[in-house]
Amino acid sequence: MSRFRPLQPVGGPARVALGLSFFVLFVAVWAAATLGGLVPRTFLADPVTMVQDGWLLLTRFGFASDIGVTVWRVVGGFLLASAVAVPLGVMMGAYKPVEAFFEPFVSFARYLPASAFVPLLILWAGIGETQKLLVIFIGSVFQIILMVAVAVGNVRRDLVEAAYTLGASDSGIIRRVLLPATAPEIAEILRLVLGWAWTYVIVAELIGSSSGIGHMIIESQALLATGQIIFGIIVIGLIGLVSDFLFKAANRLLFPWKLA
Amino acid sequence: MREIVQGSAQGGVHEIVEVSVEGVARVFPGNRGGAPVQALAPTDLQVAKNDFITILGPSGCGKSTLLRIVAGLDRPSAGRVLVEGREVRGPGPDRGMVFQSYTLFPWLTVAENIGFGLRERGVPVAQRQEIVAAYLDKVGLRGFEGHYPKQLSGGMQQRTAIARALANDPAILLLDEPFGALDNQTRGLMQELLLGIWERERKTVVFVTHDIEEAIFMASRVIVMTARPGRIKADVPVDLGHPRHYTVKTSPEFSRLKAQLTEEIRAEAVLAAREH
Repeated sequence: MSRFRPLQPVGGPARVALGLSFFVLFVAVWAAATLGGLVPRTFLADPVTMVQDGWLLLTRFGFASDIGVTVWRVVGGFLLASAVAVPLGVMMGAYKPVEAFFEPFVSFARYLPASAFVPLLILWAGIGETQKLLVIFIGSVFQIILMVAVAVGNVRRDLVEAAYTLGASDSGIIRRVLLPATAPEIAEILRLVLGWAWTYVIVAELIGSSSGIGHMIIESQALLATGQIIFGIIVIGLIGLVSDFLFKAANRLLFPWKLA
Repeated sequence: MREIVQGSAQGGVHEIVEVSVEGVARVFPGNRGGAPVQALAPTDLQVAKNDFITILGPSGCGKSTLLRIVAGLDRPSAGRVLVEGREVRGPGPDRGMVFQSYTLFPWLTVAENIGFGLRERGVPVAQRQEIVAAYLDKVGLRGFEGHYPKQLSGGMQQRTAIARALANDPAILLLDEPFGALDNQTRGLMQELLLGIWERERKTVVFVTHDIEEAIFMASRVIVMTARPGRIKADVPVDLGHPRHYTVKTSPEFSRLKAQLTEEIRAEAVLAAREH
């Protein structure tokens, strides 16, 4: 029987091997294009130069602290947004009048591009940390609110009814039915939006910043140091990969009933 | 006044009405400007304390609607429901419910599901554990207390749902086709299990089903409902003694009741089929 058929599952080791082999293929094509002279050095650094530039950045130019600053900004802005958005989203999902009150505005605000707020935020909050956090906050908060509200609104009605016939109060329904029922979905929403928050932080750092990965990238552009730029981008990708992995591991730990 | 279930120890004692349905009707507004649908014609029904009645009818006859109104999950368009003399205004722990769909909380273990109502009502942990353990035994789920609903078969899930409703010690147990999704063999065993629990604990039970054998086997009274709009067509006493063994299903009296109810329900099923 052929193993390559629609919806046919793939084994653990094979999955890892396949996932890694695309990374290898990607680097191989990149190396062939740059080292083989197909693409001029000025436009695209080769992998070897990229690693050398990265090493220099880390050892000589204190890039590690830039990474630290960027991570701090993403996490800070994201936590602020979550702290506001999750409770509001839950209330909107649970109480339809609250939803009717906020939903149209949030849907409108969701389409306001966070990056377009950067000049305005610099005017209001300067180029300090507050401005960076605000960009991420604005970019994330409306998305989380809407998605959490939808998740809570979609909780199976019969579970809520069962809880009522067991004597649950309205607050009992929210705390012991709606929240646990949607917790894995909310975690998934946060994982997704955290990925977008990385885009906002780099945009915020490209304009008016003296530290962070985005700042390093814009400085490198002036020096035509494409190796450094690519190294910066890859670092962001790796951090994303790690945070994704941590989120998924935490979900497995927190919601064993999902896997049972 | 009618006597309590024949065969019960209290035979001859006058009944106390536990549930009183008075002129309850339900009209659902039409979809997108369509004509409103009358699901339930004005209905009167009295259920005696500790009686086990089944409501039998073709699908879409409003029997579930009636049950949901008694539970307080739906509101009547007219009339009212009294439980122990008080008008029903919403759901409450005095009326436990078992649904046809599997409604166990997937994030809670079997034991936590059974203890859900007790926890909501603030029963202390030690007492809660004691009651949960007792009901785990009664529904034969000892050893599965740590399992999640996903890991259970349909029959085990419904056993947990029954235990969850009973652990709360409701005066009335409402069941909406609880065994409808189970295979025939499992359904038979579940019927015996529930009947056995009722014979020992004597709660007031209203059990909705479209299965004629199930309706007779479980009940001391079968209420037959008509096709839409739902209306009570017949009120058939079941004079089979207790404890009731599954072999009663092959007795002449059972066959006679089955023939009678088959006639009643067939006419309605024909009407219902014509309408859809």
